[in-house]
Amino acid sequence: MSEDFHDSNSLAIDVKGLVKDFNGKIVVNGVDIKMPLGQVWGFLGPNGSGKTTTIRMLCGLLKPTAGSGTCLGFDIINESDKIKKLTGYMTQKFSFWKDLTIRENLEFVGRLYNSKNLKQLVDETLESLGLQHRQSQLAGNLSGGWKQRMALAAVTMHSPKLLLLDEPTAGVDPLARREFWDQIHTLSNKGLTVLVSTHYMDEAERCDQIVYLAHGNLITQGSVRDVIKESGLVTYKGQGENIRQLAPYFKNISGIEHVAYFGNALHISSPDSNELEQAIKNSQKSYSESLNIHWEKIEPSLEDTFISLMLKSGTDQRKY
Amino acid sequence: MEVLNKFRHISAILRKEFIQMSRDKMTFAMMLVIPLMQLILFGFAINTDPKNLPTAIYSEESTLFVRSIISGFEASGFYDVKYKSSSPAENSQLLEEGEVAFAIHIPAGFSANLIKGLRPQILLEADASDPAAASNAVAGVNQIVNQALRHDLKGSLSSLNQKPAPVEVIVHRLYNPEGKSQYNIVPGLLGVILTMTLVMITSMAMTREAETGTLENLLAMPVKPVEVMIGKIIPYVVIGIVQTVVILLAAHYVFSVPFVGNMMSLIIVVVIFILTNLTLGFTFSTVARTQMQAMQLTFFFFLPSILLSGFMFPFRGMPIWAQTIGEILPLTHFLRIIRGIMLKGSGIFQYPQDVMALLAFTFVVGIIAVKRYRQTLD
Ligand SMILES: Nc1ncnc2c1ncn2[C@@H]1O[C@H](COP(=O)(O)OP(=O)(O)OP(=O)(O)O)[C@@H](O)[C@H]1O
Ligand SMILES: [Mg+2]
Repeated sequence: MSEDFHDSNSLAIDVKGLVKDFNGKIVVNGVDIKMPLGQVWGFLGPNGSGKTTTIRMLCGLLKPTAGSGTCLGFDIINESDKIKKLTGYMTQKFSFWKDLTIRENLEFVGRLYNSKNLKQLVDETLESLGLQHRQSQLAGNLSGGWKQRMALAAVTMHSPKLLLLDEPTAGVDPLARREFWDQIHTLSNKGLTVLVSTHYMDEAERCDQIVYLAHGNLITQGSVRDVIKESGLVTYKGQGENIRQLAPYFKNISGIEHVAYFGNALHISSPDSNELEQAIKNSQKSYSESLNIHWEKIEPSLEDTFISLMLKSGTDQRKY
Repeated sequence: MEVLNKFRHISAILRKEFIQMSRDKMTFAMMLVIPLMQLILFGFAINTDPKNLPTAIYSEESTLFVRSIISGFEASGFYDVKYKSSSPAENSQLLEEGEVAFAIHIPAGFSANLIKGLRPQILLEADASDPAAASNAVAGVNQIVNQALRHDLKGSLSSLNQKPAPVEVIVHRLYNPEGKSQYNIVPGLLGVILTMTLVMITSMAMTREAETGTLENLLAMPVKPVEVMIGKIIPYVVIGIVQTVVILLAAHYVFSVPFVGNMMSLIIVVVIFILTNLTLGFTFSTVARTQMQAMQLTFFFFLPSILLSGFMFPFRGMPIWAQTIGEILPLTHFLRIIRGIMLKGSGIFQYPQDVMALLAFTFVVGIIAVKRYRQTLD
């Protein structure tokens, strides 16, 4: 047995130094991902950070400018045909045929993947989606959330080994989102590997690991707990009646990295806990209303961490 | 197994295209309305039946027969004898200057030969640069002349009225050696309509997928360029055949164009030509980024096709450079074959070079399409 964890047989995605340059505009700047089979990973990062572009390179839709690697053991540059057969890719923008009905879309996809017992398969898929009664509705007429659900059903119908999902739950209601994640975990227990890009923190927390991209650079990666710990961030949570009025005050203190509301509580975070404590003391001196605010030190949430990461990665350095 | 999968993929694309086509009622209707509209527009052009075209006559003798012939020409309504020339040169000059549309020459000894039953000849020179204008007048000329003489050939001469006709009119079409008649236009129109609608429709095939974003999905699935191409082209072969049938029926019933050729040859050449155009359109759709660009490419191709293929102007009458370009265009070859089949009763095997040219064009363009087909979104 090989000791090496990164044995290519156990890695679903193994890419190194992926670069994508659109006419001199470097959009992805050397991304390495080593993702084991059977896991669920979250792909995070601000808008325009290059998540979609990276996913497209993984499944052969874009040719990397530099870098190399494999997906499911096949070379991403020369063997994308083989990767495509075993992968389900759900695009960020709805990309099914709006002038075909739901059923026709599913059948079309099934045929291209050479699915057996197509009619039965489509029937089952429609049933699990709860769309049997609407199967002859044009896909273009579905509501946004239903479009997403149909798309997810379509890309999982051929039982792929690897799922690449690009913001699959954007615009999906909370219940459907929960069902969706239950389904992802069920599939992953059966051995499916899932890389899912998302902007939702609760979804990131459901992943085995997260990969965080900013401005085309891979900033951090690991389990949620590790990422939070690694950030070295300290967060204080304040609760009290007039807490909102204090927000501008904290925002103006340079030692505080960011100030954010969570429900009716205020989170103030900084890598330096002394700065925070000092600021809280000062606020109590200068503002009478701040006396009845209760402060406590908490573990930073993933969102605090990400906001901090985003701020740290600074402005977009990429040249356009 | 591989082959079976290929077949499944093609049929999947094919089904999808048929469904989408059936849902896009507007485009579907246009594909049938455009040919009919063009046919009717050109049909009116064909049917313009101008009367009283200016005519010059140079007659070397002045007999009863000659006078009857002249009045026969005038009575027909097509000819208006404006000039009595005094030499063949004057006739030619009038024609050249466009003063007259026709110049008639009745030679010396005409009447004597007529009486002897020697079937003398009359020369009719026609300015055929506007073939539609000259055609009806020319078509009826033998009948006009022989009808005019009917009354004069009485008594002992009446036997001359039996067949063959007593006088033969030789027609020289000037400035238009191919002597296009109205019948030439309908087969030509078949080629023009197929070129325009089919290239235009298929040129959108891939660009539409790109514009609506479905291309990303299609590319992410395991389907080969050739499979997509074949699957997308076949439905339009059907459209092309329907258009052909519509045009041929209209040609026959509305414009009474004769069909003397071999049906099998016609079908084969039409199918080849349809495939040629579809392959070309598909290639355009792999080059163009938007449907607008696809449209522009189509017209970029369509204009020379209409102008330099021999549809508008007689091919052999064009300058060499234009003929060279024309030889590259599929429509040129199609016109030669289809006119041969429909009007001259030839078979497809009489045009091996033109058939080869069509096949070669299709093959080369098809290779370009497969090579140009974008397998990535780059
Ligand atoms: N085909 C292209 N040509 C030029 N630039 C592109 C192209 N595709 C993407 N980009 C640019 O690359 C950058 C990254 O885009 P990408 O779609 O990968 O971001 P993302 O992380 O998926 O963002 P979001 O969260 O908004 O979906 C953007 O600035 C975008 O404008
Ligand atoms: Mg994206």
